[in-house]
Amino acid sequence: MPFIPHTEDDVRAMLTAIGVDSIDDLFDEIPPTLRAKALEKLPEGMSEMEVTALMHARARMDGQPLCFIGAGAYDHHIPAAVWQIATRGEFYSAYTPYQAEASQGTLQLLYEYQSMMTALMAMDVSNASLYDGASGLAEAVLMAVRANRKSKSRRVLLPRTLHPAYRKTVRAIVSNQNIELVEVGFDARSGRTDQTALQAFAGEDFAALVVPQPNFFGVLEDVDALTDFAHANGMLAIAVVNPLAMAVLKPPGEWGDAANGGADIACGEGQPLGAPLSSGGPYFGFLCCKQDLVRQMPGRIIGKTVDLEGKTGFALTLQAREQHIRRSKATSNICTNQGLLVTAATIHMALLGGEGLARVAASCHANTATLLERLCAIDGVTRCFDGPLFHEGVLQLAAPVADVLRSLAAHNVLGGYDLAADYPELENAVLVCATEMRTEADIDEYASKLSRVIAARTQARCPVEPKFN
Amino acid sequence: MLIYEQSQPGRRAFAQAPKQRPPLDGVPTALQRANPPALPEVSEMQAVRHYTRLSRKNFSIDTEFYPLGSCTMKYNPRACNSLAMLPGLLARHPYAPDTHSQGFLACMYDLQEILKEVTGMKRVSLVPAAGAQGEFTGVAMIRAYHDARGDSARNEIIVPDAAHGTNPATAVMCGYKVREIPTLDDGDVDVEALKAVLGPQTAGIMLTNPSTVGVFERRITEIARLVHEAGGLLYYDGANLNAILGKVRPGDMGFDVIHMNLHKTFSTPHGGGGPGAGPVGVSERLIPFLPVPMVGFDGHDYHWLTEKECPQTIGKLSAFAGNAGVLLRAYVYARLLGGEGMVRVAEYATLNANYLAKRLADAGFDLAYPGRRATHEFIVTLKKQAKELGVTAMDFAKRLLDHGYHAPTTYFPLLVPECFLIEPTETEAMDALDGFVAAMVAIKAEAETSAEIVKTAPHTLPVRRLDDVRAARELDLRWQAAG
Repeated sequence: MPFIPHTEDDVRAMLTAIGVDSIDDLFDEIPPTLRAKALEKLPEGMSEMEVTALMHARARMDGQPLCFIGAGAYDHHIPAAVWQIATRGEFYSAYTPYQAEASQGTLQLLYEYQSMMTALMAMDVSNASLYDGASGLAEAVLMAVRANRKSKSRRVLLPRTLHPAYRKTVRAIVSNQNIELVEVGFDARSGRTDQTALQAFAGEDFAALVVPQPNFFGVLEDVDALTDFAHANGMLAIAVVNPLAMAVLKPPGEWGDAANGGADIACGEGQPLGAPLSSGGPYFGFLCCKQDLVRQMPGRIIGKTVDLEGKTGFALTLQAREQHIRRSKATSNICTNQGLLVTAATIHMALLGGEGLARVAASCHANTATLLERLCAIDGVTRCFDGPLFHEGVLQLAAPVADVLRSLAAHNVLGGYDLAADYPELENAVLVCATEMRTEADIDEYASKLSRVIAARTQARCPVEPKFN
Repeated sequence: MLIYEQSQPGRRAFAQAPKQRPPLDGVPTALQRANPPALPEVSEMQAVRHYTRLSRKNFSIDTEFYPLGSCTMKYNPRACNSLAMLPGLLARHPYAPDTHSQGFLACMYDLQEILKEVTGMKRVSLVPAAGAQGEFTGVAMIRAYHDARGDSARNEIIVPDAAHGTNPATAVMCGYKVREIPTLDDGDVDVEALKAVLGPQTAGIMLTNPSTVGVFERRITEIARLVHEAGGLLYYDGANLNAILGKVRPGDMGFDVIHMNLHKTFSTPHGGGGPGAGPVGVSERLIPFLPVPMVGFDGHDYHWLTEKECPQTIGKLSAFAGNAGVLLRAYVYARLLGGEGMVRVAEYATLNANYLAKRLADAGFDLAYPGRRATHEFIVTLKKQAKELGVTAMDFAKRLLDHGYHAPTTYFPLLVPECFLIEPTETEAMDALDGFVAAMVAIKAEAETSAEIVKTAPHTLPVRRLDDVRAARELDLRWQAAG
C-alpha cells in the first residue's frame, strides 16, 4: 500500500463514522456473483528501489544507438530548464483549468503558447493542443469539412508526400463520417506533389487540400502554388508543417496569393519544440486557423479577460464548442489534451526565441546537407529526388534497404527509415535525417559504416552480417 | 505580466542554440521566411523565473487537496516520472528497430498483460492517447464489428443522460445517432426506458460503472443481457475504474470493450490538461479490430503487431504508438502497487468517499443519493442553499479556493441541480478530509450570515472572479504588439 496514508486507528474511526464494520461492507451493492477474486495473477508490489533497478535494466537493454532516423520524430537539444520547470508539481499535477482563479499559471502559459504558435505560423488563432500531429490533422480535416462555406463536399485531397502514418491515422479517424480521402501522387524526379496530377482535380468539388511542408521525403513543396490551387477551386488549404522549420521557412499564413490570406488551417506535430523522442509520445498536435474559423475549432482555447476588479486574467473560452457543454453537437470529443507538452513547448520557445529556433533549424538543414553529401560519395548511394530539402532526404541504395539497416543497427547506427512498405514504387529508398545534435564525427561514423556495409552487400552478396570493428 | 512584456530585442538564452546560423543553401528565397516570428526575446534566467512564478499561481495535487470528481486526482508518485525519463527511454526513437527496443517493449507488453488481468478483458491495445480517444476507439470497433458481419443497419448508440459529454460526442464522431435514456431517482439506469429504445437499430450502449452519479449500477447483468439480446455491444467508460480495482471486473460484468484512463486510475500526471492515456481492452469478438500497433511476445523476443498481423484493425490513432511516456509511468505505478496494492486502492478510495459523504451529510449537506453507498465519489446538491441563501454551487466552489481547497467538479452531472461531484481518492488522509468538511461548514455559516463574501469569492487568489462572458464576446486569444 505504497501511497495510502491511513493508520489502523484512522480506519476504525472512519468505519465507525460511516456505521459499517469493515471496508468490505462498502462494496455490498455489487452483486455477489460479480465480485472478483483477488488480482492474484498480478506481480507483487515493489519498493521504489526495486522498481528503479528494474527500469534502469530495461532502459539499458535498448542501448543508445546513433540515430539518423527522422520521419516525424526528431532528436533535438532540449534546454535543461524546460522539463525541470514543466515537471514542477504545480504544472505536473494540476488538471484542466476549470477553476480559472486557481489555475492562472497554466492559463497564462497557454495564452502565451497560443501567442507563440500563431506568431510562428503567421495565423490568427491557435488552440491549446491536440494529441499529436497525425490525429491533429484528422481534426483539421473534420474542421475543414464543417467549415467550408463554398463546398458541401465530404472529399479531401491528401498528397502521397504526406507522412504515411498521418494518412493512415486520418483515414481511421474520419472514415466513419463518410469523408472520402483522395490521394494525389508525386513527381518522381523532384519528390514534390505532382502539379499535373493535381490539376486533374481542378474544377472538382473538394472541401480541402492538405499541404505538407516539408513533405515526408524532406522535400519542400511549392506551397504557394498548392495554396492558390486550393483557393481557386473552392477548397480550404490545410497546412501540415514542422514548427521548427517555420522559424526559417515561409509560414502557412503567408502562403499563396496574399489576397487570400494564406492557408486556412495550419497543424502539425509539436514534438520538435521541446518534447523528447520518448518512443513516439507524449507529443502534442498544434492547430491554428484564420479568425473566421475559430468557432469550428476543436479543443481548449484560452482567452484573456478581466476579473471583477478589472484586473487581467485568463480563462477557458468558447466552451460552447466543446463536448462537456454541447455533448453530441460538439466540434470534437476531445477533452484531455497534451497540456504538459505544451507547457514544455512554451518554455522551450521562450528560451530559444526566434533567433534560437532559426539557428537550430538552419543547423539541421546544414547537417543533413553534409550527411547527404558524405553518403552520396559512397559507391552505390545516390540521391532519390532533386527538390530542395529542409532537414531530411531520401537516398537510393544499391542493396536492399532492410538488410543494410539491419547491418548498421548491429553496429549501433540507426541508419534511417525504410520506405519500401509505404512507397513500393521507390526501389531501395531510405529516408535519413541529421539534426543539430549529430556532429561531424557522428556523420563520419555513419558514412564509414555504410560504405563498408554496402561494399560487403554488393560485392559478396552474402546474407550474413558483415564483420568489422 | 506576459513573457512578451519582458522581451528586449537582441536578448537570448545564448547557451541554448547553436553558435552559428548556417545559410539555407538550396532553399529558394520564395520558400524562406521573410520576417522572423514574434517570439519573446528573454534571457535564460528571465524565462526560468517567469515560468516558475507562473507555476505558483496554480492549485495542484502536490500543493492542495483536489477532490475533482470523475478526475481521480490522486498523488502522482515522483518515481513514475523520473523512471520514465531515464535517458535510454527518452532517447528511443519510435522507429528504432526491435533489436534496440526490447527493454521498452517488455514494459509495454507487461502493461498490456496487467491491464488485461485488472479488467478481465481478453486483449489490450495501449495506443489511445486519452479517455476520449479510447472511447472513439471502442465505438469505432463496435462499428467495425457490425460492419464485418454485414449488420450495418445499426445506427444508434444508447447513452444515459448522466454520461460524460465525451460519450455522445464520441458516438457522433463514429457516425452514430445518440439515444439518451433517463436515470432513475436512485441513480441507476432506467431499465424500462432501455428496453423501450433497444432494437435492430441498436449498435451498442456506452455505460460508466460506477456511474457518473457515483453509485454502482446494480442491474448491470440484466442490462448486459438485454443489450446483447438486441444484438448490440456494451462499451464501458473506465473513468471510474479506481473504485472497483480488484473488486469487480468489466469483463465479468459482460462488457465487450472498455477504455481505461491511466491518468486517473494509474496515477499518471494530469499535466494541466494532459497528456493522458486511454488504453482499450476487449472481449473475444472485438480482438481483430483493436488499433495498432500492439506488442507481441513469441516467448523469446518482443515485437510490434501492425496492420500486417492485424488486417481487420480499425487502424492507427496517432503517428506512432500513443503516449508511450505516459504508459511507462503507469507501468512503474502498477509495479509499485502490485495486485494487492491495487485492491487496496479501490478499498481506501471507497472508504474515503463514504467517510467524507457521511461527514458532510452529518454537517447538514444534502447527498444527491442518500440511500446509496458512495463508490469512489459522491454528489452533494446545494439546491437548498441556492434557494434559501442565494449562494450557488459556483459560489461555494470559489470560496473553497480561498480556504485552500480545489473545488470539486461543479454542475456535472447536469441532471443534479447545484451539484458538487466529490472524489477524495485513496491518497488523502483522514485529517485532510476533516479539513475539507470544516471548510464546507465554515462556508455554509458564512452563507447564512454574510452571503456576499461567498458570492464574491475568491478573495485571496491571484485574480478575483473572472468575466467569462467578456472572454467569449471580446475574443483576445493571443498577445499582439502594440500599435
